[in-house]
Amino acid sequence: MTSPLSSIALFHLGPVPITAGVVTTWMIMLVLVLGGFLVTRRLSLIPSATQATFELVVDTVDSQIRDTMRVEPTHYRAFIGTLFVFIFVANWSSLVPGVEPPTAHLETDAALALLVFMAVIWFGIHAGGARGFLATFASPNPIMIPLNFVESLTRTFSLLVRLFGNVMSGVFVIGIVLSLAGLLVPIPLMALGLLTGAVQAYIFAVLAMVFIAGAVNEGKPDTEISNRRTPP
Amino acid sequence: MNWLAVVSIISAAVAVSFGAIGPALAEGRAVAAAMDAIARQPEAANTISRTLFVGLAMIETMAIYCLVIALLLLFANPLLK
Repeated sequence: MTSPLSSIALFHLGPVPITAGVVTTWMIMLVLVLGGFLVTRRLSLIPSATQATFELVVDTVDSQIRDTMRVEPTHYRAFIGTLFVFIFVANWSSLVPGVEPPTAHLETDAALALLVFMAVIWFGIHAGGARGFLATFASPNPIMIPLNFVESLTRTFSLLVRLFGNVMSGVFVIGIVLSLAGLLVPIPLMALGLLTGAVQAYIFAVLAMVFIAGAVNEGKPDTEISNRRTPP
Repeated sequence: MNWLAVVSIISAAVAVSFGAIGPALAEGRAVAAAMDAIARQPEAANTISRTLFVGLAMIETMAIYCLVIALLLLFANPLLK
């Protein structure tokens, strides 16, 4: 049985090994960018069916950002929306036969969690300045500084392990059942995997929002939801 | 097979089995509370079930951590290299 923690290089691009997950990621990026380009090419005030469908997606992302972060979604729509759509498509890419979701490998999830870590710093500095952002680490009182530092690292790590563990365990269990029971038996598990994939994409986006909102709102003097608890 | 491998396999099984107990109880309580809330206030079912899903995924993460530890022990054990 192959280890779910390792990934095999398909070919080498110079010194860099390219795995199947990276190729799948490129495919997903291509599909999303091309799709986004084609859909937004002819926008009209009276939307066609396609445009209305995608406006619904954007509206949903906007309302989620408004509900969770209590700010106007202008700055955050691009990042949060891309994060959600990418993870969602990546998790559901297992529907295509022969494709393993790239989020079932540690590297992709590590990159995504690192993006969230950087985005917290970026949006925090953007909203409150460098001083304001650093002051969020001493937010209840200065005794909490080491704890807050450790928290900002561990929550990134837990974001990574959560997505990786959920998607990978789905793929892993399907592999085991397939080798034990044969064709068509793992279909209910695959349906469960799709549900988990959608929920995990949502969770990842919500947690990214909560982390960014923490950095943004605590940096400001008139804080409204500074006591929002962040999960472990 | 040396005793390190035996201990690793046993501790992987222990990690998964005991790590599943806590999240199982917690998820049961969470779903029960959500059912109670929906029964009292059916018009809030949308919000409640959305929050419930997020909460369940959070709780499930604890079990997933144990699974990852078990897989680390089985597939990427530094002691067996």
